[in-house]
Amino acid sequence: MSDQSTNPGTSRAPDVGAVENPVAPTGDTVEVEQAAARTEASTSSGGLMSGPFGRNLGLVVALLLICIAGVITAGDRFASVDNVMTILRYGSTIGVVSIGMTFVITGGGIDLSVGAILALSSVWATTFATQNMAEDTHWVIMVIAALAVGAGCGLINGVVIAYGKVVPFITTLAMLAAARGLAEIISERKTQIVRVDGFKDFFSSEPGGIPLIVILFALVSLLGWVVFNRTTFGRRTLAVGGSPEAARLAGINVNRHTVMLYVLVGVCCGLAALMLVSRTSTGSSTHGGLYELEAIAAVVIGGTLLSGGRGTIVGTVIGVLIFATLTNVFTLNNQDTSTQAVAKGLIIVVAVLLQQRLARRSTST
Amino acid sequence: MIEDVTVTVPRRTDALLEMSGIVKRFPGVLALDGVELDVRAGEVHCLLGQNGAGKSTLIKILSASYQPDEGEILWEGRQVALTSPQAAMALGISTIYQELDLVPDLSVAENIFLGHEMSSAGFSQRGATNRRARELLERLGHPEISATRSVGRLSPAAQQIVSMARALSQDTRLLILDEPSAVLDHGEVDNLFRVIRDLTVEGVAVVYISHRLEEIRQIGDRITVLKDGRTVATGLAVEDTPTSELIKLMTGRSIEYVFPQRGDRPSATGDPVLDVRGLELSGVFSGVDLSVRAGEIVGLAGLVGAGRSEIIETLYGARRASAGTVRVLGKELRRGSVVAAVKAGVGLAPEERKSQGLLLDQAIYRNITVSTLGRFSRLGMLDSRAERRGAREVAESLDVRPAGVDRLVRLLSGGNQQKVVLARWLLRECRVLLLDEPTRGVDVGARTEIYALIRSLADSGVAVVVVSSEVEEVLGLADRVLVVREGRVVHEGPANEIDESRVLDLVMEGNAA
Repeated sequence: MSDQSTNPGTSRAPDVGAVENPVAPTGDTVEVEQAAARTEASTSSGGLMSGPFGRNLGLVVALLLICIAGVITAGDRFASVDNVMTILRYGSTIGVVSIGMTFVITGGGIDLSVGAILALSSVWATTFATQNMAEDTHWVIMVIAALAVGAGCGLINGVVIAYGKVVPFITTLAMLAAARGLAEIISERKTQIVRVDGFKDFFSSEPGGIPLIVILFALVSLLGWVVFNRTTFGRRTLAVGGSPEAARLAGINVNRHTVMLYVLVGVCCGLAALMLVSRTSTGSSTHGGLYELEAIAAVVIGGTLLSGGRGTIVGTVIGVLIFATLTNVFTLNNQDTSTQAVAKGLIIVVAVLLQQRLARRSTST
Repeated sequence: MIEDVTVTVPRRTDALLEMSGIVKRFPGVLALDGVELDVRAGEVHCLLGQNGAGKSTLIKILSASYQPDEGEILWEGRQVALTSPQAAMALGISTIYQELDLVPDLSVAENIFLGHEMSSAGFSQRGATNRRARELLERLGHPEISATRSVGRLSPAAQQIVSMARALSQDTRLLILDEPSAVLDHGEVDNLFRVIRDLTVEGVAVVYISHRLEEIRQIGDRITVLKDGRTVATGLAVEDTPTSELIKLMTGRSIEYVFPQRGDRPSATGDPVLDVRGLELSGVFSGVDLSVRAGEIVGLAGLVGAGRSEIIETLYGARRASAGTVRVLGKELRRGSVVAAVKAGVGLAPEERKSQGLLLDQAIYRNITVSTLGRFSRLGMLDSRAERRGAREVAESLDVRPAGVDRLVRLLSGGNQQKVVLARWLLRECRVLLLDEPTRGVDVGARTEIYALIRSLADSGVAVVVVSSEVEEVLGLADRVLVVREGRVVHEGPANEIDESRVLDLVMEGNAA
């Protein structure tokens, strides 16, 4: 059982009854229990509002700073509706994956295979056979193929982790290798062009001027938020990630829940694959390269605890937007991807350092 | 200030350590408000106080985990500033915390010498390390602990011995023990006391913290009592201070261990709610028969390691039984499935409350409703208002303090954390409640409350099984007692027909050597 107090952000609470929000000590003797009772009001309101809100505020400020940098360096090329849509379209695929990743990480796991699952889904959905079948029947076949492949890979991950007791890092590392390898075998390392018009038309549609994949990302985020914060599934995810043993002894089927978490992220990968296939009009075994790192980075920057037990969907969404905007600003300024990578690395470290400092302040004072 | 040893004349020759006017503030809380403590070389100085009285804060100041905001600390009459754990260690202050800080995957010997490894030219000296570790373990009366074994595979009691050995491996002059007996059984406590006496003869000062007043009477020389961050009495001689006086000082009211009245109704009627036949966990226990009726409290007494906790964990499904059946209201439970047990109406308050029982960083209400989420949801959607209301009702009925179910469980005292665990099962309206060390880490005042609570749960028709290391607790609380020794039930009978010494005899038989 990991000691919670060693987690970054969960500061070590002294043994005294209460250490929460600041309350001015009145008089010379503060009876501990009374003090605890007094801080309660500020805990129940302030703890819920100021903590996550403050963190998200920091993220929003960071996003704004990047936008300002964009406006200064690229002017109208940055601040245009078209460009905003470009950013959102770019962020949508990684965003959907990141929502799934938020659940897995909050549940105490990690999934390194998201990029590979995405590639395999994209390939499977665009094979000659699948597309033929789709043309003969309905383009939805491609959607079903991608989602089923994602769910299947997630199921394998989940079963091996939950029932085989193999650590998530290793299991999903194996899946990373295997899924991308399988994608290469199936596609013979060729890029598969999408020729099903129904599929292309549907996914490239722009209802109300907003690209469908952006709408999908918004819907997934919303649904993710509801599931995370308002359902028994979300609550159990927090319990399983916070203390698997306590969750098990409370009667939660921890193994089954773990499997469901990996299936969930797998389905997200399948959906992201469809979005990427539509954006590029291709399925390829090279799709989704390094998505695992981008997704984990977005989740962690967003404020989800890497060790599990605490997570935030809103934070993840902002984290995704920060990365997408940053990439866009760099691209507009003709910086190559290597420079972008260095900058992203720096931002991850700085963001997490700041997060920890904020978290420490919000839990220990 | 530590280096030049011979400069000043000690102000008072007999005090090794003097602390005066120690103040420590945390945001919102004055944890220590003028604490006085003086410890003499060669004495066992007991530190008493309820949870939250400031004991842990005080010892963290002594081990330099915290810095005091005010006050002075004299070491052999000279003022010192304990600025870092290294500085405290250099003076010879060693602390053994309640939650042991050992590295599970390192060997016993490696743990003992962690941070001051025996090495030559940068290479660790395995042979010498293991040899020295063996000597220390022998000195502590535990030569059976292998120096090369990894610590994670040892029992909690053995791990504590390793912590002691670690303290002794350095030149310790002041040893602080924070509730050392909490993980020990009877024989091991005796052994601990023997070790402590040996140390004091050598001139080591010991600060001993415990909830068990009878232990303090056995081992202590002088007592300091803390209450609400203040010293309410210091330097009391143990032999001149009656226990009732100590309780009065700690709580501000006098209380004894008050066990609730047993129900008058003949509890031997009716079908058993819980019926266990021939339960076995290979290598740990076997042939356990146990039946508990509604309204009955059955106690399991025995040494740590006798298989008490394992028995209730197995019948709860947390461990997979190798043989035997568990029936709840006639329905057989699937082996090794907690989910099945919970569904059938069984609840467990585990021994390791913090790690196994609670989600410490989540709100009280979430801890209470975690086993009942289905009731507060429709199609998986939680009705958080109903959830909070449900949790609040139970929390209020159990008088969880401070009130308010949005507070983090981590911030509650041990007794109130236990109430949160009980509230969870109360909310679920469970039929069978399994309690493993229900008052561990619970202060004296709150114990009585927990006892009354358990009895009232039984009176409401719940079948209760209690495991406790404290024989007094089992006898006082239970209607019927089972004594477990080396994985077998060696005695079963009404609690009022057996006394403490008989239970101890049964428990120790065959162990006496």
